[in-house]
Amino acid sequence: MNDVWSAPITANILTGFLGSGKTSLLRRLLKQPVLSDTAVMINEFGEIGLDHLLIEAVDDDVVLLDSGCVCCTIRGDLKEALMRLHARRQRGEVPPFGRVVIETTGLADPAPIVATFFSDPMLKYHFRVGNVVTVVDAECGSANLDLYEESRRQVAVADRLVVSKIDIAAKRKTAELRKRLARINPTARIGASSESDDASAALLTHDTHDDATRLNEVSGWIKASLSAKAHEHDDDDHADAHHHGIRSLLLSTDKPLDWAAFGLWLSMLLNRHGSSVLRAKGLINVVGREEPVVVQGVQHLIHKPVHLERWPEGVPRTRLVLIVRDLDEALIRRSFNAFMRLGTRAPLDQEALSSA
Amino acid sequence: MCGLCGIFGVAEHWTDGSGYSPAEAQHRVAVGNEVLSIFGLRLAEWQGRFTLTGPTGGSAVVDNFGVLWPSAERLAGRLCDPLDPEVVAVTEKRAGRQ
Repeated sequence: MNDVWSAPITANILTGFLGSGKTSLLRRLLKQPVLSDTAVMINEFGEIGLDHLLIEAVDDDVVLLDSGCVCCTIRGDLKEALMRLHARRQRGEVPPFGRVVIETTGLADPAPIVATFFSDPMLKYHFRVGNVVTVVDAECGSANLDLYEESRRQVAVADRLVVSKIDIAAKRKTAELRKRLARINPTARIGASSESDDASAALLTHDTHDDATRLNEVSGWIKASLSAKAHEHDDDDHADAHHHGIRSLLLSTDKPLDWAAFGLWLSMLLNRHGSSVLRAKGLINVVGREEPVVVQGVQHLIHKPVHLERWPEGVPRTRLVLIVRDLDEALIRRSFNAFMRLGTRAPLDQEALSSA
Repeated sequence: MCGLCGIFGVAEHWTDGSGYSPAEAQHRVAVGNEVLSIFGLRLAEWQGRFTLTGPTGGSAVVDNFGVLWPSAERLAGRLCDPLDPEVVAVTEKRAGRQ
């Protein structure tokens, strides 16, 4: 069995508010040779036709898991469509695509789509969730962020933000939007839809799953988070924190963390407040391990942790960015610090652990 | 590979390709008890999984730390909220201020 058949298929989520230009971007992306093995799923056929071989339509249908948690809703239709498409691939009815892009409706919250991939063992086995790309319109983006929770959520869970229509928006408006996006989601790289084809393709191809791009990706999060933190007091009227309760915080420590204590704390936080933790992204300095560990998740879903070959800043330092809504930042910091200190009280047989 | 994934329940089982060792299991139980005792709970290892015992003797088997909290709340008869000011204060006291 060769790699084409055994490697997991990367699933990208392309989202953005109504009229933001998702389909235009997708049409451009699909012309890139590096993305020629891409299948597409869309749940609304827009005005701009997509001339692509592999398109499946998905109807709206949200299923609530037994837990009843809002962030655990899964898209039953999407799951079926993905499995149907995968079966056709296996039967040779469609080419062996290595990537699928799911274009959401303008009013979609991307979190249930991510949850769908975690909810089913078959999907988990065949697919891995790649970058979530959110398109924001330079002209109307700020107004949409003011008015619509969906728009704020789309920005908060993104790995990449693409500002569209900068040719028709005033420069000042675009600059202010970019600042605002960086405040809501300091971990996402912000680009423009007018960028080169190579840069556009990288929206999908460069992610933490890829050994070749992982270090660069994580370095990007850290730089962006530190830059956002440095500028967080520049604007006293941070509308998204003051009026919408969305804020990002950076938890940072030089002391190595006990992995069990960190896991217990984060899983306890997500169990109780998963729907309010819109995004978690971090690099963890774990006791007894030289290499950094990358942790990332959407709401209460945590991706499989991966190792990084070296520390992006050259020194071991835990940095965890949380994008939260309506949670007390000071309490989160106190809680994190206290539970991490508690973890170091337990006896640790370092020798036995390192020889395992 | 290391034992990281089991924490969040992303591996099918603790031991699946994780290199999870008895020493690591013992350490996780010790750390788990530091945290869970705040809520009156006790953790023990049981055949590569964990048993969780509540203050009134009720118990549950859990596969990993990622799926532990719903059972913990049921057995403790309270919410296990790391942002509850009372929980934070108790944890700070136990951890010792630095």
